[in-house]
Amino acid sequence: MSSTLAGWLQALALVGALALCYRPLGDYIAHLLTSAKHLRVERGLYKVVGVDGDADQRWTAYLRSVLAFSALSVLFLYGLIRVQNHLMLSLGFPPMAPHQAWNTAISFVTNTNWQSYSGEAALGHVVQMAGLAVQNFVSAAVGIAVVATLIRGFTRSKTDRVGNFWVDLTRICLRLLLPISIVFAVVLVANGVIQNFHGFHDLTTLGGDTQSIPGGPVASQEVIKELGTNGGGFFNANSAHPFENPNGFTNWLEIFLLLVISFSLPRTFGKMVGDNRQGYAIVSVMGLFWVGSAALLTFFETHPAGTALKAAGAAMEGKEQRFGEWATALFASSTTLTSTGAVDGMHDSLTPGGGGVALVDMMLGEIAPGGTGSGLYGMLILAIVTVFIAGLMVGRTPEYLGKKLGGREMKFASLYILTTPAIVLIGTGVAMALPGERAGMLNSGAHGFSEVLYAFTSAGNNNGSAFAGITVNTAWYDTALGLAMVFGRFLPIIFVLALAGSLARQQPVPASAGTLPTHKPLFIGLLSGVVLIVVGLTYFPALALGPIAEGLH
Amino acid sequence: MSILRTHWTALRMLLVMTVILGIAYPLLITGISQVAFADKANGSIVKSGGKEIGSSLLGQNYNLPKKNPNDPNEQAQPDPKWFQPRPSAAGTGYDPHGSSGTNLGPNSDKLLKSVNDTRAAVAAFDGVDPASVPADAVTSSGSGLDPDISVAYAKEQVNRVAKARNLSPAVLDQLIDKYTDGRSLGFLGNPGVNVVLLNKALSEQQ
Repeated sequence: MSSTLAGWLQALALVGALALCYRPLGDYIAHLLTSAKHLRVERGLYKVVGVDGDADQRWTAYLRSVLAFSALSVLFLYGLIRVQNHLMLSLGFPPMAPHQAWNTAISFVTNTNWQSYSGEAALGHVVQMAGLAVQNFVSAAVGIAVVATLIRGFTRSKTDRVGNFWVDLTRICLRLLLPISIVFAVVLVANGVIQNFHGFHDLTTLGGDTQSIPGGPVASQEVIKELGTNGGGFFNANSAHPFENPNGFTNWLEIFLLLVISFSLPRTFGKMVGDNRQGYAIVSVMGLFWVGSAALLTFFETHPAGTALKAAGAAMEGKEQRFGEWATALFASSTTLTSTGAVDGMHDSLTPGGGGVALVDMMLGEIAPGGTGSGLYGMLILAIVTVFIAGLMVGRTPEYLGKKLGGREMKFASLYILTTPAIVLIGTGVAMALPGERAGMLNSGAHGFSEVLYAFTSAGNNNGSAFAGITVNTAWYDTALGLAMVFGRFLPIIFVLALAGSLARQQPVPASAGTLPTHKPLFIGLLSGVVLIVVGLTYFPALALGPIAEGLH
Repeated sequence: MSILRTHWTALRMLLVMTVILGIAYPLLITGISQVAFADKANGSIVKSGGKEIGSSLLGQNYNLPKKNPNDPNEQAQPDPKWFQPRPSAAGTGYDPHGSSGTNLGPNSDKLLKSVNDTRAAVAAFDGVDPASVPADAVTSSGSGLDPDISVAYAKEQVNRVAKARNLSPAVLDQLIDKYTDGRSLGFLGNPGVNVVLLNKALSEQQ
């Protein structure tokens, strides 16, 4: 079979598998987020934790719970990393320096999984599984919980209650993420991903060298790293490492896992608002961008450009033989369009066009389909902006799903949209203005600028992938990127929850002849246009200095 | 709910989740894996003559012994008796303590020089036309631990290995066919030849 045919087939199989999961998984999540019944084990858990599972919270209390849980998670993880030399299975590693421990703790709590360390050279098994992997679960669950409140804002009326954070968190972790993880962790092991508690194990190769074979509970972490769109690798090489991703099938499965929840959540949205067509409209826009990005990235990677890659004859630098250009391109576009940031090949060595697409994917704001939950709330904010703009054109107060979008709602939506670009552009600008920080670039010229821009785009959008040549384990980068991750995660969450509270208080207005239908192709087109314009106008100057300049090189 | 109580709740929730998701869950997966797929869960270790010689998933170096083992600057020379893997950026080559790619950009002068130098060296070593050396032979993988090479690169090395070992090229061609992994399920990923298993089979010939 030719590479081209195989490449098309693996993409089509992915679309088919995601389409098959759309309804059952989306409906199941909707059930989790609306059901009044608690499982017995959950009731026990609520008793231990001390929450009333039947009492809903105001948006402010919900937000307080999210922030308290996240703050304690950062402290706990920071502590664990700082005392790891005293823990079991530490493999003899010393604690990380404070700035790097802060960066790592923030990174995993914010679902970013930016890594300024190298897993096999820095962390013991207990920190990986009881620290990092736990955050892989709960940070994904926080994203879904927050989008649940926004959807409830549309479905509820005349109430100040948007849900119970502790109940949402528990159900998503225990009834959604955990069962899927158990099944696919075993599938990964069956294909060669390791799962043990050994340390490094030395042996003598046929060539007469000594080689150290690493150990660790990798499969259990690998699966939630993808499913929760986290992306933080057990090993430095992430999903390019053969112990994380041993063959073409596991590679395809990992792409599927990192997309499946985010692509099914629009169904949850449609189901909860009582109109499945609304879900189809949103998923169509997500799908359009995903297909476009995957096609473009694949085109660039299979048509090598750049002096060095042309000399090699194919864009195989930084790519694994068992994946090749097609599967690596599919992975790269999927990981940057969700907030995953796992990589199965090195993005720094992508073709200029391919690296540019990966960068723009993240600049879209992680909405196609985006991170678990965060992708859908990002897209719904843009849908609100779209409805508002359409309303301005015909001179009516806009409404979306029966809720009026007035000044208060639009303020929150606008603040949401402005937050990440501000973080990315200010961060990049400051780094480029400081000579010491400029020196962190591995490559020079336009590509070096892209490394810095990529780093702040990745942190601000909570993606976590990197143009990994840049040296980021310095006090300045660890601190600055840590701040970018905190603000990039929690400011948008504050605005979304405030918006949810504001929508839930309203009484619904009946649809009239002047209401813009939000399930028709016209709306899909408008929303896609808004996404492109918002991103294009915001980031074009920065892109011109980086990947575009490099492509014209 | 006061701020303090919220934090107390958050702390208890975090601890409960840590016990379930951070301890019970990985232990469960480890238990299942060690019972059902012990070989794979422990790293797909390959043995030859009863001795562990590597993992079938991690590539290795096959170099000549150093002339001066204490000289860190001495460049390692490939051993003509073995099929050679791709260039590696993991440590000094195929070091699992430091999985990594080069991270050099597509227009990097350093990468361009390395590609050109490697192409010339590989062509001279294998006795072939530089233009025919495939891309995987002159580029480093993302992990630096890639166990596979392309079929074209394996075939290119047949004459050199056959000569060094006094074997007939036809035997080596058969071995290459045997250790070529097709795409998973016929269409996922990319085909390649597993160098670790190929060289192991080679060492067990005669």
